[in-house]
Amino acid sequence: MSNEKKPEISSRRRFFTDVAHHGGLAAMGVLLWGGFATKAKSSPLTLRPPAALPEEDFLNTCIKCGLCSEACRVRPQNIDKESGKFKEPTLKMAKANDNVTTGTPYFKPVDRREATLVDTLLYGHIRGEVIENGVPCYMCEDIPCVPACPTGALDITKVTNSKTGELDFKMMDMGLAVVDTNSCIAYWGIQCDACYRACPLLDDAIKLVYDRNSRTGKHAFLKPEVNMDTCTGCGLCEVACVTEKPAIYVLPREVALGKPGDHYVKGWDKKDQQRVKDRVQTDVTTHNKRSEKSPEDYLNKGLEF
Amino acid sequence: MKWSNIKYLILRRVVQLGLLFLYFAGNYWGWNILRGDLSSSMLFGKMPLSDPFAILQMFAAGASVATTALLGAVAIALIYGVIGGRAFCSWVCPVNMVTDAAALLRRKLYIDKIERKVWISRNLRYYMIIIALIVSAITGLTAFEIISPITILNRGVIFGFGAGLGLLVAIFLFDLFVVKNGWCGHICPLGGVHSIIGKFALLSVNHTSENCTLCMKCKEVCPEVQVLNMIGKRSEIVSKIECTNCGRCIDVCNDDALNFSILNLAKK
Repeated sequence: MSNEKKPEISSRRRFFTDVAHHGGLAAMGVLLWGGFATKAKSSPLTLRPPAALPEEDFLNTCIKCGLCSEACRVRPQNIDKESGKFKEPTLKMAKANDNVTTGTPYFKPVDRREATLVDTLLYGHIRGEVIENGVPCYMCEDIPCVPACPTGALDITKVTNSKTGELDFKMMDMGLAVVDTNSCIAYWGIQCDACYRACPLLDDAIKLVYDRNSRTGKHAFLKPEVNMDTCTGCGLCEVACVTEKPAIYVLPREVALGKPGDHYVKGWDKKDQQRVKDRVQTDVTTHNKRSEKSPEDYLNKGLEF
Repeated sequence: MKWSNIKYLILRRVVQLGLLFLYFAGNYWGWNILRGDLSSSMLFGKMPLSDPFAILQMFAAGASVATTALLGAVAIALIYGVIGGRAFCSWVCPVNMVTDAAALLRRKLYIDKIERKVWISRNLRYYMIIIALIVSAITGLTAFEIISPITILNRGVIFGFGAGLGLLVAIFLFDLFVVKNGWCGHICPLGGVHSIIGKFALLSVNHTSENCTLCMKCKEVCPEVQVLNMIGKRSEIVSKIECTNCGRCIDVCNDDALNFSILNLAKK
């Protein structure tokens, strides 16, 4: 027996060695796996299906079953009239090369990218060929994707009107459209209202603001402006935009929006005053590197902050 | 080749491919038989079925899971726990086809004869379960689900393949060149979970040692060879929990020394 060649060790020593051995291996596993998992979190620019929980909660609650994506694809309204087949669904299940946590549903209204090696190997795309497979959310009135979710990662209460108890597609909240006013040709003075007309919440989520064109003195600007309260982030505007790279595009709300915090209150707005009354009173004094120093130091000693 | 020598193998492939086809058809043509994937499905649009291990990781990661998925997990645990044992691994899981292919090629190429032995504990899978739950708790992600080759292959068939296919090739190569039955028989934590779930299941393989001629064909094909420790010695059921009830040993046995038994409890 090969065991006999090994030096004898006491059972006590064996126990401690075993504990160290197993503990060490487990620690190695946790470190390697945990390191990978941390990297595997989605890009913060990922758009999630309607009524998705906040990203952190969504990531641990989504079971990656694809029932939302199937509900999105398999419906009579999604049949291509020419071929009679189902069209590509809005909701895609993330693949390992999508920069989104593998297996989770997401969508991209416009997805234009060059073919990579993976596309070549798997689907025969020529390297460098432009692949377009973005699909916006068409904001179905019956919102089929949300009730399909078995785990509650898509939270149906977020799109249920509390008064009527019915699903309300206007309560969807996938993201927020943002206009790049430098690239938007309507802001140049060229007439374009493509996004305005494409918007499912016409004249609500995107409004045209009329402005005088002082350069010509006799023309008008018809500038699209997004209503941050009602825009759902469906992306139909992004698809409709005529510029080479869309000048209006959808970002997740957490990315697109700032937060004024509790220091600032709209004194003229009853709702906002209520917000301040409801808040849990915390220390409102600013504490940061800068506040630790006195303003005189800046003046007297020339300290930089 | 006689039918009796490949009966369960063919049946298993029919079940595995049939399920994949139903999943695919659910998404592609909208058949309402089996929707979703192996993580969570809807049978006939009514009956939820969910992977209990995925649910465990979700809890570890801090999720509050809706009842539909919980019921689905209970359903799966009951189906395998009462009837099938670890049958998921050999009758349902699509990765089984990949690793079986590697094992077959391994035998044909005589790789066992030339390779330097790499030893991994067969209990690694149980540690993998614990580590998966710890990593889930630390990162807030379902640790195994984001890398699981099972769902990557399964989703690939349903929704289209991506770079995750590389992982399956890696597992094939690992099983072929590094460790025999390396993935399914040593590492996969889902296999570990199904081993534990199936501990008291009714279905098991029964050995009649009086009929055994000690040809050892069963041990050659068994992916969990340690469960066949009674071959030729004692007439008893295969009671070790890692047996996947694949029936391959029954297939290759020409002496009627191995059979399925569904009265596990009665024989005990």
